[in-house]
Amino acid sequence: MTTLLNVKDLRAYYGQVQALHGLSFSLNEGSLTTLLGANGAGKTTTLRAICNMVRSTGGIEFDGKPLNNKSTENIVRFGIAHVPQGRGTFTTMTVEENLQLGAITRKDNAGIISDIERMYAHFPVLKQRHTQQAGTLSGGEQQMLAVARALMLRPRLMLLDEPSFGLAPLVVRDLFGILGKINREDKVSILVVEQNAQLALELADQAYVIETGRIVMSGKAKDIANNEEIRKSYLGY
Amino acid sequence: MELFTNQVLAGIATGAIYACMALAVVMIYQAIDHLNFAQGEMAMFATFISWQLMQWGVPYWGAFVITLALSFVGGIAIERILFKPLAKAPVLTNVAGFIALFAIINSSAGLIWDFTIKQYPTPFGSAPLLGSQLISTHQAGMIGVTVLLLLGLYFFFQYTRIGLAMRAAASVPESARLVGINTSWMVALGWGMATAIGSIAGMLVAPVVFLEPNMMGGVLIYGFAAAVLGGLSSPLGAVTGGFLVGIFENLVGTYIPGVGNELKLPIALALIISVLVVKPAGLFGRPIVKRV
Amino acid sequence: MSAAEDVVTEGQAVEAVPKRVMTLGTGTSLVVLAALVILPVFVKNFIIFQMTMLLIYGLAVLALNILTGGSGQFSLGQSAFYAIGAYTTAVLMEQFNVNYALTLPIAGVVCFGFGYLFGQPALRLSGVYLALATFALATALPQLLKLGYFEGWTGGVQGLVVTKPDAPFGLPISQDLWLYYFSLAITIAIYVASVNLLRSRSGRAFMAIRDNEIAASAMGVDVALYKTLAFGVSAGITGVAGGLGAIAVQFVAPDGYTITLAISLFLGMVVGGVGWLPGSIVGAAFIIFVPNIAEGISKGLSGAVFGVLLFLVIYLVPHGARDILRLVERRRT
Repeated sequence: MTTLLNVKDLRAYYGQVQALHGLSFSLNEGSLTTLLGANGAGKTTTLRAICNMVRSTGGIEFDGKPLNNKSTENIVRFGIAHVPQGRGTFTTMTVEENLQLGAITRKDNAGIISDIERMYAHFPVLKQRHTQQAGTLSGGEQQMLAVARALMLRPRLMLLDEPSFGLAPLVVRDLFGILGKINREDKVSILVVEQNAQLALELADQAYVIETGRIVMSGKAKDIANNEEIRKSYLGY
Repeated sequence: MELFTNQVLAGIATGAIYACMALAVVMIYQAIDHLNFAQGEMAMFATFISWQLMQWGVPYWGAFVITLALSFVGGIAIERILFKPLAKAPVLTNVAGFIALFAIINSSAGLIWDFTIKQYPTPFGSAPLLGSQLISTHQAGMIGVTVLLLLGLYFFFQYTRIGLAMRAAASVPESARLVGINTSWMVALGWGMATAIGSIAGMLVAPVVFLEPNMMGGVLIYGFAAAVLGGLSSPLGAVTGGFLVGIFENLVGTYIPGVGNELKLPIALALIISVLVVKPAGLFGRPIVKRV
Repeated sequence: MSAAEDVVTEGQAVEAVPKRVMTLGTGTSLVVLAALVILPVFVKNFIIFQMTMLLIYGLAVLALNILTGGSGQFSLGQSAFYAIGAYTTAVLMEQFNVNYALTLPIAGVVCFGFGYLFGQPALRLSGVYLALATFALATALPQLLKLGYFEGWTGGVQGLVVTKPDAPFGLPISQDLWLYYFSLAITIAIYVASVNLLRSRSGRAFMAIRDNEIAASAMGVDVALYKTLAFGVSAGITGVAGGLGAIAVQFVAPDGYTITLAISLFLGMVVGGVGWLPGSIVGAAFIIFVPNIAEGISKGLSGAVFGVLLFLVIYLVPHGARDILRLVERRRT
């Protein structure tokens, strides 16, 4: 298995405040990796640092190529789709326009049209609402739209920031099912940040636990889920 | 009744100009959240350039197109050089920047072409349209050009990828970057287009108000009034606002005794303030919720 | 977030200015004061006139500084309040034979009223909207002054000639010199009052609103009251400046109070340093002398020079004259 994303000694800063203190981890092609940790541990910051949305130092390599000093919009062109916290929906635009925006860097019109149909197959509710303003969708629907929008890039790696946030448990199950399916069938590598550790560990094959800006634990998701000590001390369940 | 129809049509004609100015103001407002107080001066300067081109023998429509192109490039240059560095500065600094730009353009136009009033040609003639006394051919031309422009812009923003990208960059910049849009260039592009749209307004209104460095002062205030009436967050609103303000201005001037030319600006003022107070988001705009 | 509204964290309107850097130290203040008192004795009448105008514009810039630097509200419409003050003084002096010194407090009160009233709708506006509304006010006011209804009082387009007062008690000094010292006394009084205002409870309320309106209201600051109050105070001081200006220039006419004046005052504030009260006089010097020099070189050049200098200030010394003073002080130590 080849390494797709390699992060080394990542430090990130908000103004004078340092949020990440030398974080290192890697992610294999085709894997579904989860980054766990409490509120404020630095999970979101890690994702934002990968896309250069926060000031950071250290090495970030994607498929062997360094991402440092590249602008956010150029990093996207490497095939990294980021679904931000709060979903980043273009609320005033229609559902279909949101999907088109996901593919804005692509030039193959026929492929885009067929991909939109594919997304409607994954998420039938989006098809029903395709002319509706995206802001009128429910939270769960917006999260699906955000995932679909990210997939429109045909990404090699998808970064998901707390996809379960604010959603009803049933909707979360549904969404995570689809994420697993996308990972297996479309061969999209996924890095998902979650507070809902139990669910994320069920879904993922690899897991990292971070605390105050450092990786404190890593291993197979199954092993971590089975280790009661880790669960109790870091994951709180 | 004929007087009424006449005034409404004349109002639509001047409203077309206000609509263009309002649209230009709204486009820049959408891109950078600031009002371009120099929009009128930029339009005035462009109009002078077209006049100069015609003095050098370029035919009207040739000068028109060249001026549009120059305005587009000039708008982008102004954004890149002067305003991009101010993107994160406080509002006050930006307002000061726009005022500085206003002063520089106004003064340069005076230095280059002096402050005397100049005739400006119209390609449409000023005869009554189709023999009817209701509206002149130039007024009809103003309406026609504006309608074409609006249709073009609608098509651009609704059906082209770059139009979609510009809308996305204006509405949620962070998400736009996350789908790979270079939002910084979208802002520059918005400036270019706004400047070009403003220059159309300048060239259309110049035969009416005559060409001089201060020609756009009143027009800009009415453009602001139109933009505020329609809602600064809505291009469609800005256009509608433009036409409404044009009609309103003409009807008030005709039917309310004692309202002559000198009261036109106070009326625009009253309009701006009442809209801002009664319905700050305008007729078509979205309300803004503030948080700490 | 629903589609029907946008949630924004509003960009800062004005950079926060710490209170202690709003004024000059005692030593420097005394030196400046001494210079202002002694200098006019040795110069020509025309220079005295210009120094009077410096004080007057200094007051007007100071007024804007209280509004913007203090409470974070914009105004591109100060020329309107200046005009109302000027006309109040001129009309009272020429049509009703009121003593010139008495007209100034009246001008101040009238303008306070106008400012307070204008502050009511302005309450609902912030940042760029307020700039727009005041911009419109400044553009519209000269037109209102020209109206036929008021012509009996205001002289319409022609304006009014104002008589310059003699020095009182038979003092053996020229009219110009007397007016200068008269203006100086008023300026100092208003300056001291302003400094105290900003240091008072009200001043703290202004600054809390400037730095974060929502947080200020959460802390119990009556935002509506203090914002309108800031408008009123600012307009009142501007009105006094306008009244003094009318006496000094001996003439009022609608075209003397156009948007250009409003922009100049705004410019003076930015150049002097937003929120730094002593900068007001530096800003005033800038708006009086720069156009004089520029127009001497070529007619119509002053706008361009203004604009270019303003851009330079924004980029190089964003806090205006305050930055320059700091630089000088650092070099000395």
